[in-house]
Amino acid sequence: MKALAAEGPNATELGRDARSERWMLFGLSLPALLLVGLVVVLPIAWLFLLSFQTEGGAFTLANYQRLIDQPSYRRILAMTFEISLTVTAMCIVLGYALAYLLAQLPRRVAGVLMLGVLMPFWTSILVRTYAWLVLLQRDGLINVIGEHLGFWQKPLALVYNMEGTVVGLVHIMLPFMVLPLYNSMRAIDRDYVRGAANLGAGPIQVFWHVYLPLSRPGLFAGGTITFILCLGSYVTPAVLGGGKIVMAANGIAGDVELYFSWGPASAFGVVLLVITLTILFTASRFARLDRIFGGGA
Amino acid sequence: MSWFGSSATETGITHRDRLWLYLLSGLLLAFLVLPTLLVIPMSFSASRFLEFPPQHISLHWYEHYLGSITWQQATETSLEVSVLTSLVATTVGTAAAYGLSASRMRLAQLAGVILLLPIIVPVILTAIGIFYIFVKIKLLDSIGGLVLADSTLAVPIVFMVITAALRGHDPRQEMAARNLGATRFGAFIRVTLPQIRFAVVTAAVLSFLTAFDEVVIALFISGGDHPTLTRIMFNALRNQIDPTIAAVSTLMMFVSTVLMACAFIGGRERK
Repeated sequence: MKALAAEGPNATELGRDARSERWMLFGLSLPALLLVGLVVVLPIAWLFLLSFQTEGGAFTLANYQRLIDQPSYRRILAMTFEISLTVTAMCIVLGYALAYLLAQLPRRVAGVLMLGVLMPFWTSILVRTYAWLVLLQRDGLINVIGEHLGFWQKPLALVYNMEGTVVGLVHIMLPFMVLPLYNSMRAIDRDYVRGAANLGAGPIQVFWHVYLPLSRPGLFAGGTITFILCLGSYVTPAVLGGGKIVMAANGIAGDVELYFSWGPASAFGVVLLVITLTILFTASRFARLDRIFGGGA
Repeated sequence: MSWFGSSATETGITHRDRLWLYLLSGLLLAFLVLPTLLVIPMSFSASRFLEFPPQHISLHWYEHYLGSITWQQATETSLEVSVLTSLVATTVGTAAAYGLSASRMRLAQLAGVILLLPIIVPVILTAIGIFYIFVKIKLLDSIGGLVLADSTLAVPIVFMVITAALRGHDPRQEMAARNLGATRFGAFIRVTLPQIRFAVVTAAVLSFLTAFDEVVIALFISGGDHPTLTRIMFNALRNQIDPTIAAVSTLMMFVSTVLMACAFIGGRERK
């Protein structure tokens, strides 16, 4: 279109046509933008305003002050970070190993095994959480097998605590880690590895100096998305944590549902959002946003 | 033993050397797949308690599900909302992806980032935010409100899937069609759409599943006459766990697997 508009006797008219066409095309995104504006931007803007208001509507910083003063909020935030970091670290180690092997298998085989990795994507999070509840409960399968084989004598408390929550979250997050890793490992030119080996590098050196740096984009994208999704997780801690594990989202929901205290809830929400956006913004300087989110699509 | 001793990588690591990697990967795949599949045999258990493997086979929990008005109504609500969401999100998201890919303005990039917001912002914030707004505009506990919220959550997914598909598409084909007398819309429908139809079907399936599996927003804005299946299930998980949940889970898995298989086979056929 540009090439046509640039020259010839009708240059101005053609340029105007091209511009109006571009605007018309842009207009096609308006319904989608309107939806996002109404359902996400407007409510968030309102939460933001609310977090700076007293119940009477006057300006205040008390809601944020309370976040700092009350130890319960600090505990929730600390627990959220602890769980998110643990889960992300476990997903990095486990996901890297799995993606590494999958990326070296013949495409056909890897494609079939990949269905296993992707299966959780199309099964409801509630179904999976329920499955873990059944597996990990006092007389659940894991405890039965463990006692039967003599690994432990009394049933272990595997669920309604931190351990159960972490297991459930790793199960949910692992595919988000494996997918971008797999994609970026598939793109690695094996000649680099061969070349380094031919030049005398040992297996560890080749991995550390050649393979790992080349797989970094996937590692980065997977790590970012996993951590962010963990920060905002609600269902898994609510069910597998059995009320003892309160992550940020559970804390916010509890404030609203149980105490109707919108002020502190909105301030906590704003803090959670700012943390999420800061991490994403930092990440987007190293990798493109659509690559971070595109892994799952 | 020759395969075990043979070299697996360019660095001379043998298959025997990395047996641990095969073992670990096998365990991880089992970890990803098996727990979910476990729900299926459980749903056919005759016992009131959660037991595995089930001692007696029965359809008791399916009967219980089919006989319960609460579960039936919730299923209807979820299906209705998911179908409508799929229609709205796929249409709106495809239009946005097409428009923004073709318009090549700087503003289009910004719009693309805004369209990702629904999956960037933690869902709990969207949930409590629209809860408050829906109370004001009387959309709480309504099908319309759920469709509106779920469509928005699905828009980024549709947008990404269609944008990726359009990247491999040559816009000059449409210009050729228009030179031959097609309208802009006609050219899109008859030239571009057939080429990205696999992506459109995938987007429709994914947006259906987004709505069908959505929990957090449904907890806040669905209720009254129209609680969703996920809301009923979430509450059941927190209160009295009975194997009806296993039956419902099995049915939900069946629905999603059939839909994903359709999208997958559709993609195969294209090649």
